[in-house]
Amino acid sequence: MKYAYYPGCSLNATGKEYDLSTKAVAKKIGMELQEIPDWNCCGASAAHLTNPDLALALPARNLSLAEGLGLDIAVPCAACFSRMKATVKAVRDDKKVLEKVNEIIGMEYHAENDVYNMLDIMANKVPAEEITAKVVKPLTGLKVACYYGCLLVRPPKTTQFDNPENPQSMEKVLRLTGATPIDWSFKTECCGASFAVAKQDVALEMIRRILENAKLNGAEAIATACPLCMLNLDMRQKAINAKYKTDYHFPVYYFTELLGCAMGVSPKEMGMEKHFAPVIPKMEEVWQRTQVAGREDQ
Amino acid sequence: MRQITLGKEGVEKNIIQTLQEKSGVRLSDCYQCGKCSAGCPVAFAMDLKPRQLIRLLQLEQVDEVLKSKTPWLCATCQCCFVRCPNEIKIPNLMEAVRQEAKARHIIPEKDIDKFNNLFLKNVEQFGRSHETFLMGFYNLTTGHLFQDVGCAPKLYFNKKIRIRPHVVKNKSGVKRLFQKTIEKGAK
Repeated sequence: MKYAYYPGCSLNATGKEYDLSTKAVAKKIGMELQEIPDWNCCGASAAHLTNPDLALALPARNLSLAEGLGLDIAVPCAACFSRMKATVKAVRDDKKVLEKVNEIIGMEYHAENDVYNMLDIMANKVPAEEITAKVVKPLTGLKVACYYGCLLVRPPKTTQFDNPENPQSMEKVLRLTGATPIDWSFKTECCGASFAVAKQDVALEMIRRILENAKLNGAEAIATACPLCMLNLDMRQKAINAKYKTDYHFPVYYFTELLGCAMGVSPKEMGMEKHFAPVIPKMEEVWQRTQVAGREDQ
Repeated sequence: MRQITLGKEGVEKNIIQTLQEKSGVRLSDCYQCGKCSAGCPVAFAMDLKPRQLIRLLQLEQVDEVLKSKTPWLCATCQCCFVRCPNEIKIPNLMEAVRQEAKARHIIPEKDIDKFNNLFLKNVEQFGRSHETFLMGFYNLTTGHLFQDVGCAPKLYFNKKIRIRPHVVKNKSGVKRLFQKTIEKGAK
């Protein structure tokens, strides 16, 4: 299994652990990821809020470069994934748009390759047995709230992935590690994205609601598949606790970190000490619990 | 009760036509069920709920809509569009309103606008987004000098933010995309 890999800007910076853990898991299951040469930023929300043509052109350059590799594309970041899929849909729906985009980028792009998010690949492309075969340190009983955010699943005609209201892919993947995903209501609520910078009071309220719902439903950890969701849910807990007099201390994981941990990749190798709310103690606690339960069984 | 004049001619009608064309939304498709506004995660902060904004446009009350914070607070999370029984692309409409307001120099949420402009400047310059520059310039230009400064040391020492940007090799290839879209439109 081989994909063209589009890390995107965040995975080079604040989302470093997502990059490291994705690569570590890919290596474990023998998946090859070839980075798209000289990729550029997808434009994120700023591009489509400003200019619709630019919003198509920025991802189209990357899509064209990937087409040169003759590979489908694997994208970990939910926002990059959404922009790429929106571009693919726009040019496939209308030949004139494709011609216009090609004229702007000054490259040949045919929209022949497909784009998949990393969660889709792990849940639906990689056979479950291949993942379970690699699980050596199961995360038995970890009560995890699987958080998808907006752009992985919405709008479904664009993302062509899972259910927009109650997706199950992350639950399916994390169950393979022995974890116990919880049911909860806020898995596809928006985290506020860049409002955490440009409209902080609004974003903090949006994030607080998500954390509160995870707590009410008994989660001991949150898993995500988006570097911006991670930054908001992880880094902002402190500010939320100060503002609302709450006491949230959720370890927030990339789902790939949890897969990696279960497959015996060391947390350090995936950069897991870089989170704001510590995430390694919870892993150790889960492994301890499993050992104790194992001894009691004997 | 507020009185409004219906059946306006000229400018209002033109703006409404432009908004519909740009967004691909037919305003008359909305029958005001309110699902968009019930599900919107930012509705609590909006001066007009999405449903109200559409209603005002149906009634050609363009001025009120262009002055509203709502299109700027839309996170384009697509929840409203997914739940709309008539599949109205509300986020696209919000984008169109925002661009139309900006063209008239009406910017009710200046920080949000500044953030997006800086983000794109970054990408135009380096081909990639550089979070250190983005945050630094944002704080400097908005006057929120110390916002998130407490998080910076941890981000820096964990090598999550860096001083030197990652830059694409083919800078002119990316600049071209800006020249052929935004700058062309501005001329």
